[in-house]
Amino acid sequence: MDLTTRIGSLELRNPLMAASGCFGYGVEYADAVDLTTIGAVVSKGLFLKERSGHPPQRIVETPSGMLNAIGLQGIGVHRYIKEKLPELRRLGATNIINICGSTLDEYVELARILSDAEGVHALEINISCPNIKEGGITFGCSLHGTFDVVSAIKKVTHLPVIPKLTPNVTDVASIAKSAEDAGADAVSLVNTFLAMAIDVETRRPKLSNIVGGLSGPAIRPIAVRMVYECRRALKIPVIGMGGIANATDVLEFMIAGATAVQVGTANFVDPFIWSKLLDGMRDYMTRHSIARIADVVGTVDTSAREKQWISS
Amino acid sequence: MPVDIEARVISNTRLSPDYNVITLAAPEIGEATTPGQFVMVKPGRGGDPLLRRPFSVFEVLRDNGRVTGITLLSKRVGITTSMLFDAVEGDTVSCLGPLGRPFELVDPPTEAWMVAGGVGLAPFATLGEALVARGTKTTLFYGARSGKELFYLDWFASRGIELKLSTEDGTNGDKGRITLPLERELQRLGSADVMVYACGPEPMLEAVAHVAERYGKPSQVSVERVMGCGMGGCYSCVIPVKDEGGGQHYVRSCIGGPVFKGADLVWD
Repeated sequence: MDLTTRIGSLELRNPLMAASGCFGYGVEYADAVDLTTIGAVVSKGLFLKERSGHPPQRIVETPSGMLNAIGLQGIGVHRYIKEKLPELRRLGATNIINICGSTLDEYVELARILSDAEGVHALEINISCPNIKEGGITFGCSLHGTFDVVSAIKKVTHLPVIPKLTPNVTDVASIAKSAEDAGADAVSLVNTFLAMAIDVETRRPKLSNIVGGLSGPAIRPIAVRMVYECRRALKIPVIGMGGIANATDVLEFMIAGATAVQVGTANFVDPFIWSKLLDGMRDYMTRHSIARIADVVGTVDTSAREKQWISS
Repeated sequence: MPVDIEARVISNTRLSPDYNVITLAAPEIGEATTPGQFVMVKPGRGGDPLLRRPFSVFEVLRDNGRVTGITLLSKRVGITTSMLFDAVEGDTVSCLGPLGRPFELVDPPTEAWMVAGGVGLAPFATLGEALVARGTKTTLFYGARSGKELFYLDWFASRGIELKLSTEDGTNGDKGRITLPLERELQRLGSADVMVYACGPEPMLEAVAHVAERYGKPSQVSVERVMGCGMGGCYSCVIPVKDEGGGQHYVRSCIGGPVFKGADLVWD
């Protein structure tokens, strides 16, 4: 059974990735999970410098989901390379580094630094964090901004470049197309949906940041639709995510058009989820006589539905 | 290394209209737990609640020396604690653990003073047992709203742990906060060595850490922050810790704690 997955020049053991911001720097999980069994570990978002993040309260559970406003607390790229990357190399992890900048120059500088570091396999470009005011999402919310940041990074790196897209736009497929036109090797989507929860007793927002990003099963159908739309608009691979909690969810995203998927919130609930997802995928492949998982990508059959639509 | 166990509910004892002690068949976790560690708990099989919640391991149960399970002390405040309150024998509760940095134990002649507020009693059964086993003179300072919410007094007393109580309504022990008897005993103690351990609401932890500091005694406090994963993955449960340079930085209380030195924390 062939679970290998290709994202640009990057070959992965399987299509599963730990989503950025949901798996620490990866080393936190090394006691519980053999990192070589996960297709790739996407690092927590890194800026050039350390960041303290938002004050607590940073998360709140909502129906079938959670809001977060962590504020990209992080150790910065230099400490990451010095303190985390050697351990990740030793553990045999495939490392996709999520980078965040306030300016175009910061993204380019991060890409340069990481391209020279040993053990970095791809860059995920965070132009979609809904929780910080400066930079990032202002690129990801415009066609030009997305194009500019991706093409600038492509000029300075040999690594596969994967912009991570926000769903908080009118038409995510057009943003994705802009990324493809700029030379992106793949796109990943979706980041979280900007959302809010209020304590009615105190009339205060439940998060210190007032608003935060919604993730978890609550967003899954919207994310599947967005992956489907991007698949139809693009030639490059789409990496799908949004509320994946079991193998059926993985396959739903892949059939909608995701070449690989990321798992975030569900890893909080079950850090041992990875082997369960792989078992479930293998079981599906056996039942449907599928030899290569890549063969399910984008196989959603809309023909009957379209006929119904025409005849009704 | 933590394990995830679908633990069967062996029994569930309601201590009051809000408090219960639930016994779970999770011997693997009991074997590996050291005092101060916690488990991430999710009752039921559905998606509500979605996330696990952290609970201190209250007791490690043994039968002829063999660990048979653990108990959790819970106070009903939200969905998970309500489900734990209502759970019946045969239900299952998913338990991930043990997790977190435990208490550092002390040996004689240093005394151990454990200061508990309400459900903050939870980590002190295992800690008290471990301290007594080392011959360390151990005292439990235990405060609650009323005498009806002071639990397991005989349990602690029968293990040779001295009790100092306070209640807000004055129905048992000092009337008022637990820092009243704590400060009185610190005055009486003088220069002898004591380690102060505390668990309870954060304002209480702050007050205990400050009182201990004022009398030149070290403290270890177990904090509870809103926690997403318990493994260091989500960065939600952070607490500000003092820098050497006079600033502060956020530390994940799941893997950097839940036990911190009282003197290291910045109280916000």
